[in-house]
Amino acid sequence: MDLFAVVFYLFAILIIGSATLMVFSKNIVHSAFALMFTLGGLAVFYALLYAGFVAVTQLLVYVGGILVLILFGVMLTTQGYFEKVKTRTVNLVPATIFTAIVGVLLISVFVSTDWTLAPLRDGESTMTALGELLMTDFMLPFQVAGVLLLLAMIGAVLMASRTRTPKSPGSSYGSPVSSPDSPDSSSQSPDSSSAGEESHKT
Amino acid sequence: MVLPEWLAEPGLNHFLVVSAVLFSLGLLAVISRRNIILVLMGIELILNAANLNFVAFSRYGSLSLDGHMIALFVIIIAAAEAAVALAIALNIYNRFGSVDVELISELKE
Repeated sequence: MDLFAVVFYLFAILIIGSATLMVFSKNIVHSAFALMFTLGGLAVFYALLYAGFVAVTQLLVYVGGILVLILFGVMLTTQGYFEKVKTRTVNLVPATIFTAIVGVLLISVFVSTDWTLAPLRDGESTMTALGELLMTDFMLPFQVAGVLLLLAMIGAVLMASRTRTPKSPGSSYGSPVSSPDSPDSSSQSPDSSSAGEESHKT
Repeated sequence: MVLPEWLAEPGLNHFLVVSAVLFSLGLLAVISRRNIILVLMGIELILNAANLNFVAFSRYGSLSLDGHMIALFVIIIAAAEAAVALAIALNIYNRFGSVDVELISELKE
């Protein structure tokens, strides 16, 4: 049992265990941190598969970017002072049976298929070849991905910055940004927003 | 310690099995959790399972560096998707006061 196998099994257990913890944990912050371990273990898997650049990108983008975004989302969409951080799970038994069937089907297909394998190459650095591919064969998808990221960034900023007081059940008030021509709107809007906060917390 | 050969030497199938388990767990998170952020995390798990398949085939199969390329583009698109989806989640929270996907059942006030 060489080092490759030891590292593989160690991180396979880490990945699957923390993914299970992520799915079944009641606390959403625990889920987010379990997802971090899953993504980090997957970066180790990519390094095991001689995909160094993908591994580094996984660490930078997923662990450094998407996970921080998710944690921000958790904190910004949690009510109160983290008292209601627990979340609900519904239909657990049928969902588990369904996904177990899906997983068993996938595994049986993967194992029973006779894949055409290429002979293993030695691990040379893939960085130069990837850069050349990006500038030649994948030039158009590369540019399109850049434009897509720009559009997603602008859209996310525009959508997320449009703040609005949470709608409290039973009372219907308009948006807190009231029209400027009504004279007492400036004195009225803080009251209504704080009243909305109060009724929202209860 | 003597192990059978299929266990002692991890190959393509081992990575594929890990990816299948990850996919199933992501699917379970998507269909059984009710918090919209957890549904997003399940989608990230599914995307990562697909990525692991691409990279594993690029190592063991005849899909040479193209698999790495596809994995990189999947990561890029996942980043864009996460940003937009979290902005939508923030808007939903601002409008409904909750991120429970079962409570979000109206389109316009």
